[in-house]
Amino acid sequence: MTALTGAPPSPTPATPPTPAAPGKKPPRARGRLTPYWLLLPGILWLLVFFLMPMVYQASTSVQTGSLEEGYEVTWHFATYWDALSEYWPQFSRSVLYAGSATALCLLLGYPLAYLIAFRAGRWRGLILILVIAPFFTSFLIRTLAWKTILADGGPVVGALNTLHVLDVTSWLGITAGERVLATPLAVVCGLTYNFLPFMILPLYTSLERIDGRLHEAAGDLYASPFTTFRKVTLPLSMPGVVSGTLLTFIPASGDYVNADLLGSTDTRMIGNVIQTQFLRILDYPTAAALSFLLMAAILVMVSLYIRRSGTEDLV
Amino acid sequence: MEQYEPDRLSPAQLAAVRRSLTGGRAALTRRSLLRASAGGALALGGIGALGACGIPPAGRSQGGESAEDHSAKERTVAFSNWTEYMDVDDGGKRHPTLEEFTRRTGIEVEYTEDINDNNEFFGKVKPQLAAGQDTGRDIIVLTDWLAARLIRLGWVQKLDPANLPHAYTNLSAQFRNPDWDPGRAYSYPWTGISTVIAYNKKALDGVEVRTVSDLLDNPKLKGRVGVLSEMRDTVGMVLLDQGKDPERFTDDDYDAAVARLQKAVDRGQIRRFTGNDYTSDLTSGDFAACIAWAGDVVQLKADSPDIDFLIPDSGYITSTDVLLVPSKARHKTNAERLIDYYYEPKPAAELAAYINYVCPVDGVKAELEKIDADAANNPLILPDRDMAAKSHAFRSLSSEEETAYEAKFAKLTGA
Repeated sequence: MTALTGAPPSPTPATPPTPAAPGKKPPRARGRLTPYWLLLPGILWLLVFFLMPMVYQASTSVQTGSLEEGYEVTWHFATYWDALSEYWPQFSRSVLYAGSATALCLLLGYPLAYLIAFRAGRWRGLILILVIAPFFTSFLIRTLAWKTILADGGPVVGALNTLHVLDVTSWLGITAGERVLATPLAVVCGLTYNFLPFMILPLYTSLERIDGRLHEAAGDLYASPFTTFRKVTLPLSMPGVVSGTLLTFIPASGDYVNADLLGSTDTRMIGNVIQTQFLRILDYPTAAALSFLLMAAILVMVSLYIRRSGTEDLV
Repeated sequence: MEQYEPDRLSPAQLAAVRRSLTGGRAALTRRSLLRASAGGALALGGIGALGACGIPPAGRSQGGESAEDHSAKERTVAFSNWTEYMDVDDGGKRHPTLEEFTRRTGIEVEYTEDINDNNEFFGKVKPQLAAGQDTGRDIIVLTDWLAARLIRLGWVQKLDPANLPHAYTNLSAQFRNPDWDPGRAYSYPWTGISTVIAYNKKALDGVEVRTVSDLLDNPKLKGRVGVLSEMRDTVGMVLLDQGKDPERFTDDDYDAAVARLQKAVDRGQIRRFTGNDYTSDLTSGDFAACIAWAGDVVQLKADSPDIDFLIPDSGYITSTDVLLVPSKARHKTNAERLIDYYYEPKPAAELAAYINYVCPVDGVKAELEKIDADAANNPLILPDRDMAAKSHAFRSLSSEEETAYEAKFAKLTGA
């Protein structure tokens, strides 16, 4: 159904071809075909820009060869196993970092979305613009800005050192020594910052839809504000939570820019590995196999998550 | 609750859509038929398509394919270069040396700065070059190792010495005979790039750095050392530090150099492997010292008094960015004239004064002194005898070596 709701609500589709059987009445056939015609542009788009590259990548992943000798399909599935056994640390690291960033986004984003939806009043538009404003500049510049913010000699690291926060985080293993940059913490911070709007916007949309009278009704029934939140607001905002976490987790787990600029050698994520394999080592089969493994891993995790959260019909 | 929800269809609409898709026998059968046939087609077609794909071998003929040369009819040449690799006037919009070329020859230059990274650029033009198509570029500037790969693959055109009199005479001896293009049949250097050690005096805080070993070993610099993600530059500097010759080293030498770096990585000595972005780490003081490119350091030094560089006694690596004419380029003769033009002392001096990299052209000193006396006496721009003696090139690698070495180096960087 998602494809249908996403299709543009164009009132009249292109003129259908004349049906092969002349005995049938044209108006009826046309009516039945309408949904398919509406689907056509979307399906064509997916065919050319999703399915074909997928087939091409799938093929690359089972090829062997070299740049000079060319690559041939040899059904060499061992590439998958080799890639997985070689790079599982980067895989699990990606899941860990993306998961942490998603959790942080939810913690930061939910209160803000709640505020915008219920308490912001006339400031609502302005705050929404502020949430989106970072997107007016490039992803790279935004990430590089964090290098200035977290610089070793900068005020943030200075304050954290004075408060001995970095001693704790060092002990936990998420920072190294008296610095934040080039540590896991910096990468997770970068991911959180870069994908936060993807969490806030869906949350805001689903919170904003909640009828304010439901809150009043809950209050009339002697529910405390906390109970109201737990029994009314939170369940009704679950579609936003689910789509927000998906929109954050999926791109974050494939990201490589943050790990590249803010991380070090021990924070490389699977996106970095794919990039290196593809561009530097020119091992296209391994790069393709890693991409498929990443896709499969995300697919499995996401479908489990959606099933567990029981929001199939809400998303 | 009858609120307007813009991204959802009304229940009535939804019901209608559902009815038309599932209701009625015709629709149902069509759907199941579609599903069945689509599934079968996908399974069959999928396997067929997977098998049909494959990447043909790259052309191995020596010498790229020359297309018909349209130079005489079309007075233009398309020049793809890196950013900030060309002189600009005070307004920052125009390129005086290119305009002079056009004035003199009547050949319009379509100048684009669309090369940011050797590996990415290779990924971008590979499909076209592999398929024997014109990339739309007549001149490209690439680092020597990638140029060597393109020559090996037969994706660049052989240059005609008759069109390159100045280039032939004025090319510095240091750059005349690289092992990957002896006698410069396919490529001419645009600039030389020296790899040196750069440091931030304030961040060093009195710690003495003189060699690559100091970078890799001194515990006072732990976590504040950067090395380049360009394999040849970093490993080359380590090889020199270990007393090996980067022009003649063995697999074992390479492994020893990588093991040396690995030890520093494991100890947390090395903070990051960087591309060009090391400049910000160095100026902010996050790097106390790092392996760096001299051209950048000349610029950084001008902006910040804390930044300086040194050349280890063991020597330094010089690579080159070279001009190439890709296969099937339409304006080869025009391209050669442009290459030759930049080997005349005056344009070469103007370029060198602006971009601060090693100038590969002989006889430039007098012209450069007229423009910028400091630059003319800077051994990083016009190397003197001492500098030239310490300069080493990284030997060219075979395809298998390149893959194996890059893979080992990638493991070092964490991916």
